[in-house]
Amino acid sequence: MLNTLLSGDLPRSRALSVLLLLVVLGLALAPFITTGARPLNTAATICIYIVLVASYDLLIGYSGIVSFAHTMFFGIGAYGVGLGFDSPAPSWGPMMLGLAAALALTLVLAFVIGLFALRVRAIFYAMITLAVASSFAVLASQMSGWTGGEDGKTFDVPDLLSPANEFGEFMGRILDGKVLTYYIVFFCAVLIFLALLRIVNSPFGRVLQAIRENEFRAEALGYRTVVYRIAANCIGAVAAALAGALMALWLRYVGPRTTLGFEVMTDILLIVVIGGMGTMYGSVIGAALFILANNYLKSLMAKAAGAVAGVPLLETALHPDRWLLWLGILFILAIYFFPSGIVGKFRQKASLPGT
Amino acid sequence: MTDALLKLSGVHAHIGEYHILQGVDLAVPRGGLAVLLGRNGAGKTTTLRTIMGLWQASAGKVEFNGRDISKLRTPDIAQAGIAYVPESMAVFSDLTVRENLYLAARSGPMDTARLEWIFSFFPALKKFWNYPAGNLSGGQKQMVAIARAIIEPRELLLIDEPTKGLAPAIIQSLAEAIRQLKGQATVLLVEQNFNFVRQLGDTVAVMDDGRIVHSGSMAELAADRALQERLLGLALDSHQ
Amino acid sequence: MHDSMLPSVPRDYVPMLLVPALMLAMLPLVGSMPTWVTLSAAGLAMGMMIFIMSSGLTLVFGLMDVLNFGHGAFVSVGAFAATIVLVPMQGWMEADSLGMNLAALGLAIAMAMAVTAVLGWVFERVIIMPVYGQHLKQILITMGGMIVVEQLIHVVWGADHKPMPLPTALRGAIVLGDAAIEKYRLLAVAVGVLVFVVLTLVLNRTKLGLLIRAGVENGEMVEALGYRIRRVFVAVFAAGSALAGLGGVMWGLYKETLTASMGGEVMVMIFITIIIGGLGSIGGCFIGALLMALTANYAGFLAPKLALVSHIVLMIAILLWRPAGLSRK
Repeated sequence: MLNTLLSGDLPRSRALSVLLLLVVLGLALAPFITTGARPLNTAATICIYIVLVASYDLLIGYSGIVSFAHTMFFGIGAYGVGLGFDSPAPSWGPMMLGLAAALALTLVLAFVIGLFALRVRAIFYAMITLAVASSFAVLASQMSGWTGGEDGKTFDVPDLLSPANEFGEFMGRILDGKVLTYYIVFFCAVLIFLALLRIVNSPFGRVLQAIRENEFRAEALGYRTVVYRIAANCIGAVAAALAGALMALWLRYVGPRTTLGFEVMTDILLIVVIGGMGTMYGSVIGAALFILANNYLKSLMAKAAGAVAGVPLLETALHPDRWLLWLGILFILAIYFFPSGIVGKFRQKASLPGT
Repeated sequence: MTDALLKLSGVHAHIGEYHILQGVDLAVPRGGLAVLLGRNGAGKTTTLRTIMGLWQASAGKVEFNGRDISKLRTPDIAQAGIAYVPESMAVFSDLTVRENLYLAARSGPMDTARLEWIFSFFPALKKFWNYPAGNLSGGQKQMVAIARAIIEPRELLLIDEPTKGLAPAIIQSLAEAIRQLKGQATVLLVEQNFNFVRQLGDTVAVMDDGRIVHSGSMAELAADRALQERLLGLALDSHQ
Repeated sequence: MHDSMLPSVPRDYVPMLLVPALMLAMLPLVGSMPTWVTLSAAGLAMGMMIFIMSSGLTLVFGLMDVLNFGHGAFVSVGAFAATIVLVPMQGWMEADSLGMNLAALGLAIAMAMAVTAVLGWVFERVIIMPVYGQHLKQILITMGGMIVVEQLIHVVWGADHKPMPLPTALRGAIVLGDAAIEKYRLLAVAVGVLVFVVLTLVLNRTKLGLLIRAGVENGEMVEALGYRIRRVFVAVFAAGSALAGLGGVMWGLYKETLTASMGGEVMVMIFITIIIGGLGSIGGCFIGALLMALTANYAGFLAPKLALVSHIVLMIAILLWRPAGLSRK
């Protein structure tokens, strides 16, 4: 049964399975094993990023497509929900409409970009998506009447999901609209992730990998590679948009920095490479590690910086604001030394004789 | 037997998963013109590219002047005295004929006497001296490619199918050029046009499926129709 | 022989005419001559700076088939490295003497180019060479390189914005009738033209340039002619990084503030420029940069909301006409 659920793509490493189980259980039980708003926020962010990065892995890991437009779709999904709820009395109808519009826009854009640009070399595609995405980001900041501009928009959610809506208590955590929202996010994330897992393990997914390995041969075998790539592009984009929708639902806020900014794209790249490209599980482990570290490791860095206070360059290098420096170095090392990321390393160890 | 300027011993080459050269043994005697014959896909171009270091031999040894050049990189192999005229000619289209030759003359300014000698059998080069090489016809590009290889004296010339797709008149010029080169350089010529090579070649090696299946003198092969049919599938009186 | 007729050497004039054509076409649309002069000067100046920043990248890509997504980092480093000279030489910069200003600026530029050339050399050895030929890894690793370099700028120079005021003699504008042209913009145009001329001369009149042009076409054949093209690659990469550094100094003075991410912010414009121009072509890059900057400035005046997508529209328009860029038919 587990096999069917995971579409035949098992972790293939005991250590990895344990880690994955920990992550999933942790996320599933988050409201009850933690107290306060911050850990719950961390957990929700992890769920959302798992979907976002997994959808990116479909592109980069399984199809060999490097796209910088992913955050654009993330943002479109978020704005769809945000604008849908944006009224004095938020309700589900307009939100669904907003979401549907966002998904439609996502599909159209992904299709058009793919049609226009996926026949060219990877490097051109990367550059073009970068140009398109940054233009979109600027456009979104400009249309402040609609989008709230640089500062974004906060909005209310239906009463059902509001923290004021309390309906019980369990294991020390008051069950309210926020907890409900969390579980909506969690279950949607699980569903989308499993769907992506199914897609990459289907015949369609195998063709994508064949194209990634040797496009020429795939064409020679009769597969119209452009069609497959465009399809992968669209699927990945839609999944990213859904992740964006979840993000907006959770934060009750949309803004260019949290969705369209280059920082998000950087984070996705860091997670997918360090977690492991082409594994799907890499996004689970990677996102969990990254978000946890982002939230909790920084205070460790601050302590370390304090310890070397006075040593000129070292102190600034260990300052928590320089978090990206170390991540960047880790990123580069990962590309050299463990290109299949953490997941790949685990699987490698597992397949060694004698282990 | 005269000493071999170039010697391949048991050379294997893999391109991706394909095992193209499967143990090539070839000796090119000093001062002569050795011809490498074989049908398409036999591995002739791969052999030349491996000698030139453009592919790395996966096994075996390539010796030039007694020196093992198997592990050397292409620029060093070229500097050792080997010139290469590839099948695709590889003239630099954006550069003029003059600039193409200027690049090839790496030891210094071009020798005017030598240039005049080249112009004597390739007059078109003089005519199109300042034109971008990309504007020339196929035959003229071939002239540029060969001129690049001989603008300075080199010990060994590797020439890959120079007559492919050329008009008979140009082929004549090429034959004349190669005939004049024979005195000064050792040549390893890959060809499918038997008529072209039968008067020029001293020794011949036939390649099939990545191996040398026959080697001997050209005169012997030219005289023996039965041998020609056995090795190359047909009597080689026909043009390519 | 049948080829007694010399083939004509077709010269591709159309791209060269695009810039003047655009400028003239905009004159009636803008309406007022002084405004047009100001906009055109702004566009030309910005275009020149973008050309300088992009020139290195297009050569590196054309020659080595390597796209350095971290190129923007060299722009930023160049600008910050200039402060190593400009801060102690503040007196010369503030003096109301063009000679002293230019001398200080010249030294600052020399410093910036030296630092970025060395950084470029290190970058090529450590980051790029190991992933030669693997495009996916190249894109990722150069991005990683950019992140690290940007963060290092913060470590070395501090996290905040750094001011970079214009030298005194270059402040203000020259007035021609009703139109005002900022003095600094004139300098930018002069430097841009100088860089273009020097690059063109090197490419067309020197052996190194010959090697580069031949290498762009067929690196393998250049090696077969006996040249160690790897050395040419490294030299070109370092030179390209130095040019980015020069561009960074010019750009920093233009904006009068430096931030670590300033290079990253112009990357999109640089990419569009080299795509429009055709990879590997200095001439195409020159025209492309000017077209893009002019379009952005005119659009900013005529249709402000459109200005931000004017890059994309221009790129699509040119690619529809010449899919491989301006320099290739």
